[in-house]
Amino acid sequence: MNVLELHYDVPGDDFTRAGEASSAIKNKLKQMGISPNVIRNVAIATYEGEINMVIHANGGTIDVAIDSDAVTLLLKDTGDGIPDVELAMREGYTTAKEEIRALGFGAGMGLPNMKKYTDEFELTSEVGKGTEVKMKVYLNK
Amino acid sequence: MVMKIMTIGDIVKLLECEVLCCADRLDSEVHTACGSDMMSDVLAFVKDQAVLLTGLLNPQVVRTAEMMDIICIVFVRGKKPDTAVVELAAQKNIAILSTGNRMFEACGRLYESGLRGGLSANTSGGDNAEGGS
Repeated sequence: MNVLELHYDVPGDDFTRAGEASSAIKNKLKQMGISPNVIRNVAIATYEGEINMVIHANGGTIDVAIDSDAVTLLLKDTGDGIPDVELAMREGYTTAKEEIRALGFGAGMGLPNMKKYTDEFELTSEVGKGTEVKMKVYLNK
Repeated sequence: MVMKIMTIGDIVKLLECEVLCCADRLDSEVHTACGSDMMSDVLAFVKDQAVLLTGLLNPQVVRTAEMMDIICIVFVRGKKPDTAVVELAAQKNIAILSTGNRMFEACGRLYESGLRGGLSANTSGGDNAEGGS
């Protein structure tokens, strides 16, 4: 199986559109006949990532690579970055404002969910420059 | 106890719902339920053929349902989302119901009729009526 690569831009100014990239990725994986569990794990990881980009970083990009072993996800933004990654990974910790919480997000579960649903999770962030999250979901478990 | 399998149509009857879209899905089976206004909590919950009960009305409710393969959303307290949200749900083939019941009452009625929550690991709790297993 060759590597299939997909690229999506996540606009940062429109919360109502957050999730469109994840939806497109989900449909693409479905067409490829990938197993429903893998698809759901990828969908949750990209969707939480997309929401984070819109809430915290004024948008970003998602790159997806699918080969015979795994779906590899690379999420990048040029937002403010995360000063304390360990703290940000803690369940329930959030810096989201009240208006975001009123929309049903900002419960401090985004990054923990992304880690929980993927097989590999690596977050690098530089304050003032942005954040990169690389994740892998294995196809055969 | 044998877990009862109900359909979206059963939920319409039990909660006296108005069906806002995907009336053709009333025969679809619902195996589990989740009641929450925090979408991140819903995303921490994985179970097939689920129904989501919520008081939140924005399009991200439908997006969240789509990601989790949730087949039906019940809006509680008589709330109805705007047409754009209903249209998005119709595109995704997710049934949209609206009930006059409050969250607690709606979850209680479904639970009483045999519907159970799914696996809900590591949710942050709060005052959401998370369907525990």
